[in-house]
Amino acid sequence: MGDWMTVTDPGLSAESKNISQYTSETKMSPSSLYSQQVLCSSVPLSKNVHSFFSAFCTEENIEQSISYLDQELTTFGFPSLYEEPKSKEAKKELNIVAVLNCMNELLVLQRKNLLAQENVETQNLKLGSDMDHLQSCYAKLKEQLETSRREIVGLQERDRQLQCKNRNLHQLLKNEKDEVQKLQNIIASRATQYNHDMKRKEREYNKLKERLHQLVMSKKDKKIAMDVLNYVGRADGKRGSWRTGKTEARNEDEMYKILLNDYEYRQKQILMENAELKKVLQQMKKEMISLLSPQKKKPREKADESTGTVISDVEEDAGELSRESMWDLSCETVREQLTNSIRKQWRILKSHVEKLDNQVSKVHLEGFNDKDVISRQDHEQETEKLELEIQQCKEMIKTQQQLLQQLATACDDDTTSLFRDCYLLEEKERLKEEWSLFKEQKKNFERERRSFTEAAIRLGLERKAFEEERASWLKQQFLNMTTFDHQNSENVKLLSAFSGSSDQDNRTVHSKPQQKKPPSVSHGSPVCTSNVTKSLPASPTLDSCQMSSCVSEHSSISVLNITPEEMKPNEVGRECTNQTWSVASRPGSQEGCYGGCSLTYTSSHVQKDDLP
Amino acid sequence: MNFSEVFKLSSLLCKFSPDGKYLASCVQYRLVVRDVSTLQILQLYTCLDQVQHMEWSADSLFILCAMYKRGLVQLRITVWSLCTKSVSYIKYPKACQQGITFTRDGRYMALAERRDCKDYVSIFVCSDWQLLRHFDTDTQDLAGMEWAPNGCVLAVWDSCLEYKMLLYSLDGRLLSVYSAYEWSLGIKSVAWSPSSQFLAVGSYDGKVRLLNHVTWKMTTEFGHPAAVSNPKTVVYREAEKSPPPGLGHLSFPPSRAGTRPLAALESKYEIASVPVSLQTLKPAADRANPRMGVGMLAFSHDSYFLATRNDNVPNAVWVWDIQKLRLFVVLEQLAPVRSFQWDPQQPRLAICTAGSKVYLWSPAGCMSVQVPGEGDFPVLSLCWHSSGDSLALLSKDHFCLCFLEPAEGRAALGQQDSRT
Repeated sequence: MGDWMTVTDPGLSAESKNISQYTSETKMSPSSLYSQQVLCSSVPLSKNVHSFFSAFCTEENIEQSISYLDQELTTFGFPSLYEEPKSKEAKKELNIVAVLNCMNELLVLQRKNLLAQENVETQNLKLGSDMDHLQSCYAKLKEQLETSRREIVGLQERDRQLQCKNRNLHQLLKNEKDEVQKLQNIIASRATQYNHDMKRKEREYNKLKERLHQLVMSKKDKKIAMDVLNYVGRADGKRGSWRTGKTEARNEDEMYKILLNDYEYRQKQILMENAELKKVLQQMKKEMISLLSPQKKKPREKADESTGTVISDVEEDAGELSRESMWDLSCETVREQLTNSIRKQWRILKSHVEKLDNQVSKVHLEGFNDKDVISRQDHEQETEKLELEIQQCKEMIKTQQQLLQQLATACDDDTTSLFRDCYLLEEKERLKEEWSLFKEQKKNFERERRSFTEAAIRLGLERKAFEEERASWLKQQFLNMTTFDHQNSENVKLLSAFSGSSDQDNRTVHSKPQQKKPPSVSHGSPVCTSNVTKSLPASPTLDSCQMSSCVSEHSSISVLNITPEEMKPNEVGRECTNQTWSVASRPGSQEGCYGGCSLTYTSSHVQKDDLP
Repeated sequence: MNFSEVFKLSSLLCKFSPDGKYLASCVQYRLVVRDVSTLQILQLYTCLDQVQHMEWSADSLFILCAMYKRGLVQLRITVWSLCTKSVSYIKYPKACQQGITFTRDGRYMALAERRDCKDYVSIFVCSDWQLLRHFDTDTQDLAGMEWAPNGCVLAVWDSCLEYKMLLYSLDGRLLSVYSAYEWSLGIKSVAWSPSSQFLAVGSYDGKVRLLNHVTWKMTTEFGHPAAVSNPKTVVYREAEKSPPPGLGHLSFPPSRAGTRPLAALESKYEIASVPVSLQTLKPAADRANPRMGVGMLAFSHDSYFLATRNDNVPNAVWVWDIQKLRLFVVLEQLAPVRSFQWDPQQPRLAICTAGSKVYLWSPAGCMSVQVPGEGDFPVLSLCWHSSGDSLALLSKDHFCLCFLEPAEGRAALGQQDSRT
């Protein structure tokens, strides 16, 4: 935002200036039809301005134009171009300094304006693109809105329908309920009716029965009743007892005895069951205690919660309950104690188990954390991907093997050349580039060498001159000395000549390594060229080339770095396309070669296509 | 497994004596008493008319034969003493499905009475026919009652128009009232478990409800759906095959194998894979006594199993595991099940379907046995000997005995099991 503000400000000011310019222009001199044009065709067209200026001022109208400019400038708040007149009559003098200042200021202004305009333009561009973006966003959103509106309408419609349905169902339910109620009422009334009828019928039936009974009884007396012909004697010879109050009481007694027996039997059973359950409880308790005792010291040491006290309670209880007599007591207190202690222990056990569970889950979590928590899905995806890759690689290897075999068996000239072309095209290109570089370098070096040799020659010449000078000087000296004879002087000459030549040789040998080394390197094997180029002093061309390559590499890398994250969902699909490519390239041996070559190309192409 | 020869019979009147020594059967107006082991006739009595009912006395010394044609109109219950000349009369007995019931030990008798359009129950002491208790029951139309095997609780239920089960103590106290639902046909069958622990109530809604003896509330209910889907349930399905030529089909060599009809179809059980849907019958809803609901119920002697039949799935017998309170086995027959009865000694169920076969099930497996003999022998009913070693198979005009030596029976079952 801050950036924006700073950028917009000059723009605004420029605009305001523009406007002010414009307004001043309107009430301005007749001469500037051009200026209007210029203003219309925007200020920064400097050439236009130039031409305008050339047309604006001519030999004839210098005064006029100066005054006009003066007028103009004063309206803009510049100091007057004229010198302050000393008197009214005195002709106004053009103040060159003021003019120059004005010019300078105008130029500064112009530059500023240009800058501002540039800013404004970029701003404008930005805004335009923003606008486009926003418009597209807006359109999209509008579409979304529309679709969601439609959806809402659809849903509302569905809702309405469902509500309608619901209402209908409610109505139906109500109807059904009413129906059920009605039917129940009918059933109830029918039932009462039926019962009533039944009662009536039964009464009638009873009456009829009574009548029948009477008829049967009155007609045939007792004769018709069944008789036992031969009575069976009792095995024990007893006679049946008479029915008396005593027997009645006895029967009651017996009945209650039976009932009591039954209840006693049941009670016994229940007692037995209880004993069994108690035994089970006791055993459970013991096991719990034994289970909990080894780790009960820990909580006590930690002195957290009240587990320690509970456990001590438990121990006491255990001590108490281990007494056999406790089992026979089934009074409330014992039961309470037992259930309470069991409950406590159970609670401890539960908390312990929960703790263990927590620990286990924690351990699991930690384990996961150690490995940066790879979710199972990711893992599977990854393995799937890797498998795919392996598949692809295998395929590649197969094709390569095929190709190799082909190469080995049928050394067709065309194919080999093609092959080489395929493989060496890039290399060649690179080599060519390097070659040209080297050539240039070579040229440089040669130039240097030449200069060196020239320098050496010059040096040699100088030395020669020096030598000659010395010789002449020595000669003079020699000549000056009268003691020297002719032979000696000759010797000296020879010696000096010898020493001079050897000196020169030394010089050349010394300078040679500097001259000869670079060319020998430039002719070196192309394998280590990259190393050499790096070690070489960076010439401007080379530097820029490297820079650009570096930049391009960097950009591509950065893009590639971004893509995997952004394109993750597409990644599988992309690999699928790769896969299909490799599959498609399989058939045919010759085609396989092309396919293999094109594969790398297409895959890279695909990757590029995928880039946003 | 051996079969006796076929004897004549009428009205399905054939009964073992309670002590297991004798077998009484009626042929028209004759009563034949045989020795169970030899099947020789010990006594032959001739009655004045066709015998319509026959019963052993509890001490196996006497047999009662009833000829209703010669009966008199009696609107009361008359109790004759066989040793003394005393006669007792009980008025107002109610004529209903099961209006009279004795306790197992024969000490008490409960009788349903109807007076002034109200139901009453009278409990008599059988030793001197003294009225012990008399109370009215809260029923519209009492349909049946039954003592618990321990003789301390009396279950009384209403007619099928209303689901109502009342439980009375021996001293006439109402222990509990149970009603599963309203406004629909109610109780169809009732059975006490031999331990008196459970009361199974089969009803017209095709469910069996088990009431417990402590709270007299429902412990569980067993539905009888036509589709069995629980994989833990074993479904045995009877399959019929024409026997292959040769002697391979003589897996149970009967004593008179030569007389066996050649055209008989061999049937055996196959284990059907769950889920299984059973054949159902659509009951006519507009007729009285619709063929629906649980009409037959029987606990095994050890109370571990309960066998039921849902009348609208007439071909199937459900066997429930009472310990685990779940469906254990379903046997689907080819024909409607006519009758089933538990072995009084071990958990073994005999089933007949009015075909010439008898079916046996035990937890080890199940098998079907062809009844040998000339012509068809449609087994309409069966009854076990008290020892569980033999079984009387009754058809319309004949009966025969089927002997199951314990070891042999088990071996046969095992063999069957391995075969299926």
